[in-house]
Amino acid sequence: MLNKNFYLILIISAVFGISFWIGFNVNLLPSEASINAPIYDELFRILFIIGLIIFIGMTIAVIYSLFKFRKRKDEFGDGIALEGNLSLEIVWTIIPSIIVLIIGLYSYNIYDRMGGMKELNHSHEMMASNTEKIWAGISPASNNEVGSNNLSVEVSAMQFAFLFNYPKGEFISGELHVPVDHKVSMKMESKDVIHAFWVPEFRIKQDIIPGQPTVLNFTPTKVGKYPIICAELCGPYHGGMRASIIVEEESDYNDWFNKNTKTEVSL
Amino acid sequence: MTISIDNQNSNNNSLQPKGWLRYLSFSLDHKVIGIQYLVCGFLFYLIGGTLASAIRIELASPMSDFMPRDVYNQVLTLHGTIMIFLWIVPVVNGAFGNYLIPFYVGARDMAFPRLNAVAFWLIPPSGLMLVASYFVEGAAQAGWTAYPPLSITTPQSGQIIWIMSVLLLGGSSIFGGINFIATIIKLRRPGLKLMQLPMYCWAMLGTSLLVVLSTPVLAGTLILLSFDIVAHTGFFNPVLGGNVVVYQHLFWFYSHPAVYIMVLPAFGLVSEILPVHSRKPLFGYTTMVFSIMGIVVLGLVVWAHHMFTSGTPPWMRLFFTIATAFIAVPTGIKFFNWVATLWGGKISLNSAMLFSCGFIINFVFGGITGVALAQVPFDIHVHDTYFVVAHFHYIVYGGTVFIIFSSIYHWFPKVTGKLMSEKLGIIHFAITFIGFNLCFAPQHWLGLNGMPRRVAEYDPQFQFVNQISSFGALLMAVSTIPFLINIFLSIKNGKDSGDNPWNALTPEWLTSSPPPVENWEGEAPLVKEPYGYGKSISIEN
Repeated sequence: MLNKNFYLILIISAVFGISFWIGFNVNLLPSEASINAPIYDELFRILFIIGLIIFIGMTIAVIYSLFKFRKRKDEFGDGIALEGNLSLEIVWTIIPSIIVLIIGLYSYNIYDRMGGMKELNHSHEMMASNTEKIWAGISPASNNEVGSNNLSVEVSAMQFAFLFNYPKGEFISGELHVPVDHKVSMKMESKDVIHAFWVPEFRIKQDIIPGQPTVLNFTPTKVGKYPIICAELCGPYHGGMRASIIVEEESDYNDWFNKNTKTEVSL
Repeated sequence: MTISIDNQNSNNNSLQPKGWLRYLSFSLDHKVIGIQYLVCGFLFYLIGGTLASAIRIELASPMSDFMPRDVYNQVLTLHGTIMIFLWIVPVVNGAFGNYLIPFYVGARDMAFPRLNAVAFWLIPPSGLMLVASYFVEGAAQAGWTAYPPLSITTPQSGQIIWIMSVLLLGGSSIFGGINFIATIIKLRRPGLKLMQLPMYCWAMLGTSLLVVLSTPVLAGTLILLSFDIVAHTGFFNPVLGGNVVVYQHLFWFYSHPAVYIMVLPAFGLVSEILPVHSRKPLFGYTTMVFSIMGIVVLGLVVWAHHMFTSGTPPWMRLFFTIATAFIAVPTGIKFFNWVATLWGGKISLNSAMLFSCGFIINFVFGGITGVALAQVPFDIHVHDTYFVVAHFHYIVYGGTVFIIFSSIYHWFPKVTGKLMSEKLGIIHFAITFIGFNLCFAPQHWLGLNGMPRRVAEYDPQFQFVNQISSFGALLMAVSTIPFLINIFLSIKNGKDSGDNPWNALTPEWLTSSPPPVENWEGEAPLVKEPYGYGKSISIEN
């Protein structure tokens, strides 16, 4: 009996060990380039490890049972007439309930840290209209939130392109240029069908809906060029509906911004 | 007014064709209708599978080079619609439900045999209409979800035919649901209590409740959508002041329960198959019943988890996260109970059992990614990507379709009186299991790293992984060949199975194989313990 328990504990520790090792050493995600990304990856790692424990555990249980309790050649008749075990069934109702509840609360916490539960920041001048109800994308919390150095961009999506309007510079760009470590607020609206704004490296996505503006805020943390991908089926060229987001140092961004700003403003 | 009805007695089949021709007739026999559903569904599975192969060929290269882009969108729309409405839903509900439920409740037929036949005969014409819409002006190309405004702005004829076809199929599904509820509640043999029914009856009762409660919502939504398309009303058209997100709420109010309409019957079927081949009672009958009903209730209040990126208020996101994640609890109970059913049995690892155990492993994987997807912050990154495609194929293919194959191996002797070849069955299982996992496991990585779903072209860095996936799809297509050979060879010259080759205790095996028209020669047996393996039990008559 002692021997049996010993093997059980050994197997359970092995399952946990393998799951934790895979969880910490196998990276399935693209690079992290916004303040959301490390928060997301923390949640992902925990879900990944819990998932691995359950999956490996269940697979071992199934394969072990199939091997251990296989019908031998000389055997006839039935297995044991075990119709249930109430305490065992209660255990595997309660433990998953607790795990699910903890995961739910934890992901609520993650979501809150991403800014998803916040009332939107209405310092955004484009959103001042009272008649217009704006639906929330996520708006990551950061300390310099109300700061005037927030970058506001209006995004229009259409079949099959994104256009980025910089109201302060009064110009429209096909590429989204943003300074690194600055919060970007986007108000997005579609001209025709539903599109979606997705930057995998930022771990953010928000549908762009015709007749219903949506907002999405993010703060990039890593200089580089990342794809903006339309994630909602929008027609034949949906797969080609992509743009780029270029995260640059503030000085580079200012150079680009000034170069594109309409010259008549300075006249 | 007097109505004269010929051949009123459904058991009087003197006017019905004999032999295989009765499968092409308006037969009222539940066993014939069950086989009609199965064969019809399988033919559409072959069509849907061909479309799936076309998708995987297109995605073997990063450019859109195999077919025109709009045809690609038609192919993925038809693939989804056919697989859901013409293969999985009709087969796990209609085929096995019609064949087995009257046996399980001890009846000679379903409660409404004519309605039953009507429900089946709605399927072939609407399916053919759907497929034929490709030749009119192009089939629907807005995905099986048909989100407006895309579905309003794409070519109209295809979309309208799609709506008509889905409405008819939904009607067929509702007729079937009413029939199952009436049969299970009212047609039970005297003395047979609800809590003595085989688990598949409970699964079908829960499923039929979902069908009857949620399918009308889909019907209403699609009728409004068709008004928007042909009469230029503005329910969902933003140009006319409509709201596109309302459509999504209404659509998912049906289409999330639809997932349970596809998997709950499979849960029921596997609960019949595992005890027979492990020679053990089903573990935890009562908790199984309660978990089915728990899934039914929770399944109705989780739809908005399909809309976490659509712009929903934060409190709503939180509610739907918790509700969705909690479905894992009743589902988990069922999986633990199935493993406990295997534990201590005397297991014959035949084809039916292999597919059932493959189902457990695949579905656990799909369930885990499902709990992850329920978490709003997790979902926001992977929504509408290949991660989601992989997740639901683990549920509907790795889950339900594996159980359909398992059930065919299990009940083939019942229907034909012949045994299927185990060798071919094992080959079929091995190719399907390997092909399926090669096809869909890598898609999780694709989604996490930036490949959206429903695209004909993608970033070249994903080509290698897509080719692995396409190779897996090829294996899945190939795996159909040993299965079809097995079916035809076994029908033609399979070994005689006897009446009860598995020594099963559920009522359908307590008659001859194939069963007589009236199901039993005499009275239906009263089976109080359908899972009484390992006990000495007597069956009263």
